[in-house]
Amino acid sequence: MDVTFFLQLFINGLVVGSIYALVATGFVIIYKATSALNLAQGEFLMVGAYICLNLLSKHQIPFWQAILITFAFSALLGAIIERLILRPLIGSHLISVIMVTLGLSSILKALIQLAYGTDTIPFPEVFPSAPVQIGPIPVSQGYLYAIGCVTILVAILTSFFKYSKTGMAMRATASSQQVALSMGISVKKMFAISWAIAAIVSSMGGILLGTIRGGIDMSLSFMGLKVLPVVILGGLDSILGAIVGGLIIGILENFSGGYIDPMVGGGAKEVAPYIALILILMFKPYGLFGKKKIERV
Amino acid sequence: MRCGDFKTTYTADMTIFESRSARIMLVLFLCVLFSLPLYTPGYLLDIINRIGIAVIGAIGLNILTGFTGQISLGNAAFMAIGAFSCGYLGTKFNMPFYFSIPLAGLITASFGMFVGIPSLRIKGLYLAMATLAAHFIVEFLIVKWESVTGGVAGLTVPTPKIGSFAIDSDARLFVLIFVIAIMAVLFAKNLFRTKVGKAFVAIRDQAISAEVMGVNIVKYKLLSFGISSFYVGVAGALIAFQAKIISPETFPVTVAIDYLGMIIIGGLGSILGSIYGAIFITLLPEILRMATTSLSGSFPELVNKLAAMKELVFGMLVIIFLIFEPNGMASRWHNIKNYWKLYPFSH
Repeated sequence: MDVTFFLQLFINGLVVGSIYALVATGFVIIYKATSALNLAQGEFLMVGAYICLNLLSKHQIPFWQAILITFAFSALLGAIIERLILRPLIGSHLISVIMVTLGLSSILKALIQLAYGTDTIPFPEVFPSAPVQIGPIPVSQGYLYAIGCVTILVAILTSFFKYSKTGMAMRATASSQQVALSMGISVKKMFAISWAIAAIVSSMGGILLGTIRGGIDMSLSFMGLKVLPVVILGGLDSILGAIVGGLIIGILENFSGGYIDPMVGGGAKEVAPYIALILILMFKPYGLFGKKKIERV
Repeated sequence: MRCGDFKTTYTADMTIFESRSARIMLVLFLCVLFSLPLYTPGYLLDIINRIGIAVIGAIGLNILTGFTGQISLGNAAFMAIGAFSCGYLGTKFNMPFYFSIPLAGLITASFGMFVGIPSLRIKGLYLAMATLAAHFIVEFLIVKWESVTGGVAGLTVPTPKIGSFAIDSDARLFVLIFVIAIMAVLFAKNLFRTKVGKAFVAIRDQAISAEVMGVNIVKYKLLSFGISSFYVGVAGALIAFQAKIISPETFPVTVAIDYLGMIIIGGLGSILGSIYGAIFITLLPEILRMATTSLSGSFPELVNKLAAMKELVFGMLVIIFLIFEPNGMASRWHNIKNYWKLYPFSH
C-alpha cells in the first residue's frame, strides 16, 4: 500500500470531516435542545457561504470582519426561523417537524437560486494556497487553516457550554425542560439561541468549504444530508460524538473514494457514509456516545 | 333541520357514501373523468396522467406515513425499483404490462418490507434516516447494475400492448392509469374498514396499547410497508410507461419530498386528502408556468427561474399548512362542507 497516498487521503478526510463535525454539532445542538431534527442544516451552510461570498467580493470587506458579519446574519436567520416556523409546531408530531425543516430547506435553496443562479461562483482566495510539506506529503495551507478554524470554534463552543451562564441554561434545558422552566430559565429563549448557534457553526462550515473548494454552488446543501450518518455514528445527543463522528465519516468517505472507487468506477465515495449509517443503526443505534435511551418499538 | 352528525350504528359510521346524492355525484364525476380524453388536448392529458400516477403514489405513502405513522423518505427509491423492474421484465422477458405492473409492485413490496425491518427496532427519526440512506444506496445500485438498469444511460421501456393493441397515446395511457388509480382508491378506502387497516391506525396512535390489545406489531408494520411499497411500485411502473425512457435521474430525492408534501398538504391519514394533495402538487408547477408566461412581458427573467419559484412556493405551502392546517386540505374541505350542511344551527 502506498503510504503517501494513504496519508493524503487521511488528511483530506480529516479536513472534510472537520467540516462535517461543525455542521453535525449544529444539528446536535438543535436536537438536544428542542428535539427537532433539522434537515435544513445544509441550507444554513449554503446561505452562510453565499453571504460571506457576497461580503467578500461585492463589498470588499476583509475576511475576518466578513466572517463576523456572516455569523451575525446567520444567528438572526436561525432565531427568526425558530420563532416563526418551529415554535408554532412545538409538541406536534415528528413527521410535521421533519417536514417543516424540509420545506424550509426548499425555501432557502430557492431563494439562493433566485439570487445567485445555479452556476458555480468562484470564492475569493483568503488563505495562501502554497502547499506546505508535512513529512512526505504536501498539504494545502487552506486545509491547515480550516482545521485551525474548526478547532478554535469548537473550543469556543465547549467553553461557552461549560462556563457561560447561557450555556449552562441551555444544558439545563436539554436535560429537562420542566426543571429548567422552574429554575427561571426561559426555555423559549434557549430554543432560539440553539437555532442561532446551529446556524452560526454551519455558516462557518460553508465559508471553509468555499475557501477549500475555491467556488460555491447549490451542491453545498447536500452537506446537510451527509451529516445524518455523522450524527448517527456519534450519537444523536452528543456534541463530542458529532465531532468524532464527523472526522470518522470524513476519513471513511475519502478512503472509500481512494480505494473502492477505482474498483467500482466511482460513486462509492458518496454512498459509503449511508451504508455505514444503516450498519450503525442495525448494530449500535445509539451511536458511539449517545445516551442509550432509544424508545424501542 | 339537521344540526349535527348523529350516528347511531357502526354501519352508519363506516359507510363510504353518506347519502344517495354523494353516490350520484361520484358516478357523474367518473363519467366526466373518463370522457376527458375525448376532448382534452395532449399536453393537458399528459398532466392529468401524471396526476393519476401521483394519486396512486400518494395513497401508497399515506398508508405508511399517514395511517401507520411510519415516516419514509425513501419513496423515490421505491418508485425507481418499481419502474426499473417493470422496464426490465418488459425488455428482457417480453412480459405484457398486465403481468409486469403487478409483478413490479410485488418486487417493490418485498423490498419495502426489507427496508421496513429496522422500523421494528427503531422508530421515528431513526426510521426517517434509515429510509433516506436506503434511497442513496438504491440510487447507487441502479447506476452500477448496468446489466439490469442500463446504468446512467437509462432503460427504454417497451410500449405496453394488449395483443396487437398498443397503448401508445396519451388517451390510451389515460385509461390504463385511471383504471388502476380507481382500483387503488377503492382498495385503500376499503382497507381502512377492515381489521388490517384498523390495526395500522392503532399502531400509529399508540403502538404499546395496540400491542396490548392483541395487534401483532411486527406483522402489521411489515404489512403496511408492503402495501405502501406495492402502491408506490405500481406508480413507478406507470411512470416508466409514461416516460418511456427511465434513468436514475428520473427519481431524485426531491420526488420523495414532493410526495411527502402531497400527503401533508392534502391531509395525513386521509385517502381523499392524498388525492387532493396529488392534484395540487402536480398542478403547482403548471400553474406557476402559466403565471410566469403571462407575466413574462413585464418580467422576462421570471421564466428562467421557474424551478426555483416552484421550490419556493412548495416550501412555503408545506410550512403554512403544517402551522395553520396540520390536517390538510381534506379536513378544511370537510369543515367547510359541514358548516354549510348544518347552517345555521350547527352545535
